[in-house]
Amino acid sequence: MAWRRTALTVALILPLIGILAYGFLRDPRYIPSPIIGRPAPPFALQLFNGDKLDLASLSGKVVFVNFWASWCPPCRAEANDLEAAWRRLKETDVVFVGVNMQDTEENALAYLREFNVTYANGRDPSGKIAIDYGVWGIPETFFIDPQGKITYKHVGSLGQSVVTAKLDEARRGIVSAKEGKGEQISIK
Amino acid sequence: MTAVIGHWSIIVAFSLALWGMIAPILGSRDGRPWFFASTRAAILGQFFFVTLASSCLIYALVTTDFSIRYVVFNTTRATPVYYRVTGLWGALEGSLLLWEWLLIIFSGLVAWIYKERHRELMPWVLMILSIVSAFFLVVLAFVSDPFESIFPVPLDGRGLNPLLEDANMISHPPLLYTGFVGLTVPYAFAMAALIKGKLDEGWILTTRRWTITAWFFLTMGNLVGAWWSYHVLGWGGYWAWDPVENAAFMPWLPATAFLHSVQVQERRNMLKVWNLSLIIIAFALTIFGTFLTRSGILSSIHAFSNGPVGTVFLAFLAVVLLGSFGLLAYRADHLKGQPELDSVVSRESAFLLNNVVLVSALFTIFLGTIFPLISEATTGVKVSVGAPYFNSVTVPLFLLLVFLMGVGPMMAWRKASWDNLRRNFLWPAAAALLFGLILFIGWVRDFFPLLGFTLSVFVVATILFDTALAMRARRRIAGEGVLGALLTLARRNQRRYGGLIVHLGIVLITLGIAGSMSYSVERQATLSVGESLAVGRYRIQFEGLRGAQQPTHYRVEGVFRISSNGNESGTFSPALKFFPNQEAPVGRAVFRSTFTEDIYLILSGFSEVGQNRATLKVLIRPLLVWIWLGGVIIALGTIVAVWPVRRRVSAQES
Repeated sequence: MAWRRTALTVALILPLIGILAYGFLRDPRYIPSPIIGRPAPPFALQLFNGDKLDLASLSGKVVFVNFWASWCPPCRAEANDLEAAWRRLKETDVVFVGVNMQDTEENALAYLREFNVTYANGRDPSGKIAIDYGVWGIPETFFIDPQGKITYKHVGSLGQSVVTAKLDEARRGIVSAKEGKGEQISIK
Repeated sequence: MTAVIGHWSIIVAFSLALWGMIAPILGSRDGRPWFFASTRAAILGQFFFVTLASSCLIYALVTTDFSIRYVVFNTTRATPVYYRVTGLWGALEGSLLLWEWLLIIFSGLVAWIYKERHRELMPWVLMILSIVSAFFLVVLAFVSDPFESIFPVPLDGRGLNPLLEDANMISHPPLLYTGFVGLTVPYAFAMAALIKGKLDEGWILTTRRWTITAWFFLTMGNLVGAWWSYHVLGWGGYWAWDPVENAAFMPWLPATAFLHSVQVQERRNMLKVWNLSLIIIAFALTIFGTFLTRSGILSSIHAFSNGPVGTVFLAFLAVVLLGSFGLLAYRADHLKGQPELDSVVSRESAFLLNNVVLVSALFTIFLGTIFPLISEATTGVKVSVGAPYFNSVTVPLFLLLVFLMGVGPMMAWRKASWDNLRRNFLWPAAAALLFGLILFIGWVRDFFPLLGFTLSVFVVATILFDTALAMRARRRIAGEGVLGALLTLARRNQRRYGGLIVHLGIVLITLGIAGSMSYSVERQATLSVGESLAVGRYRIQFEGLRGAQQPTHYRVEGVFRISSNGNESGTFSPALKFFPNQEAPVGRAVFRSTFTEDIYLILSGFSEVGQNRATLKVLIRPLLVWIWLGGVIIALGTIVAVWPVRRRVSAQES
């Protein structure tokens, strides 16, 4: 009798433990990006070299938009790869744009010098562009096809191979089903 | 060096905890008292080594020893010394160490105080305490090591989260941890009694005082957390039903239920299984709370680091639940033979109802908290349950509880006579109804607030009326004056009057919650310099923006001149602080409290500093200050209840 009661108790508790364990299989912060497959929000970026870059003027090109900050370790991790990809591809129809956010101008410039970044970079001091793109942690990168549609979003640091592959898809207008993820992102 | 000493202290303490776990088993096989004595020594030894480890971490924090990873992430060279010390509970690893430290202080106290008492149970009590301690030590030694080193050694640390640099944050975590840890003691006694099959009431009386102490710290921890939220977070609220808040609040419910139902067991030898279950649930919820906050399985505004520690806590939670309830189910035969309720109208039935309400509240809050998991596991849809669910479900339950607070303590045990009911409740009920009627005619037309205010008055009236009757009796018997009679009553019957004072405190909190939940006014407007906004009896005039570079951030404040009913009442300057590495600015709200209402100003945005336009949010929250005053009264009541007074005769207790 006592054993039956004990077994019943155990049988009642196990599902509770099970459902809590299930929690580990999912990411509570994961929200499927509603932005993939939609037209890229327009922006005009004040570049560090004094020029102004308007996204609208880039239609017909494949655009790579990367949000970063100097204090973010995964941004540093991908910086060399991004610059290398840009140097390899800059003769093609691809445009790289770096958007610096939540940062000071001084630190941002030092970062650009440190990694010899040569593609267009500008600041988003009010965070407006980041909000329009729904940036939650950095780095986050958006791939835009020649028609101005976002085809892919990547959260976390990127390697050269992914950059090349996803730019290729963007050129052909192939929309990814899901956003991608790097190993780590910074949230401050 | 510090790190080495600290780390090895934890390892040594862990080995002692292992010994504490097996020695009572060996002792019961072998029969030699030496094994039991060594259990006690193992606890005292753990106390020494955990204290040493904690001292090492505090020393490393104070001397900013940046070779330790934990120090780097929780201090900077510029951090003032007191915030360096509080860095001990600034993050996961240190918090766990503090928890273990408090646990072993409590365990040491138990081992020391009950050296001569509960001889049969003590080895098993200490064994359970050693098991809990061993769990925390294993986490500290192998899963989240506070003494982990970092290389290369950085020149300066990263510092605490700026939101944690606040005086209330100094006290909030230790208060909560003390409350959580305090619940381990009754749990250990309960388990020991179950293991030995020795289920008389001796041990349960012993645990009562520990439970009151734990309950007090839990209450204060939650209130200070609410105060911090109101005072620092700058959204004008004090409770959001966030999973982490629920985690801290949930153990409070079974602990409160236990404090009441244990009196029924004491008096009437009823509810044994029920009381044991409440203790187990309360303890399991403290582990569950930590699991919830540290595993990251639910999304919460409280940004805590995740890691493997969640899995370890879940495993321990499984062991606690299966082991405890398994044993309880196995032993339930020993717990039979309880007398039945004599009458539906009696104090024990009021306490029983109180328990049902508290456990229902616990169940609904628990369900709401883990609902996102259930819904995603069963339907694959992400659903989260917000404040509206919790409010609509818990408000009626808590109001019923307030009613029971007025009824329960004044009813007779066994069977309340008609005379007893008439004498104790006629006048208080009449006073409350009259008050409710006046409120209804004059101001309050909504059902729940009206009920809340009326019930609050009813509880206060029953307490005052009962005390007045008792004082009149004292005057007749001993000729004492008002103050003398009050003192004698409180001294003769500490637990009863302590409890009644705590009830008064809860009533004040009820008033504060009812007022601030139901009658808050919220306005938002964008103002140019010189423009003003009228809210209630206040007129708020915008005087301009000021910006200034601070050492760690840039601060923009709006200056607002407030007048109430035409009288000047000073300027308020809510601000926004821009930290270079923070996503959003940190708001610094400004508020002023009076007994009738709080006015709370939040600067929610502004144009460029030169153009001088500001967006202001104003909240008027009636009666809110009574929540904090209620906390003070609860503290007072607890002191009255547990203050050690030598008694000549064993006082008649209720």
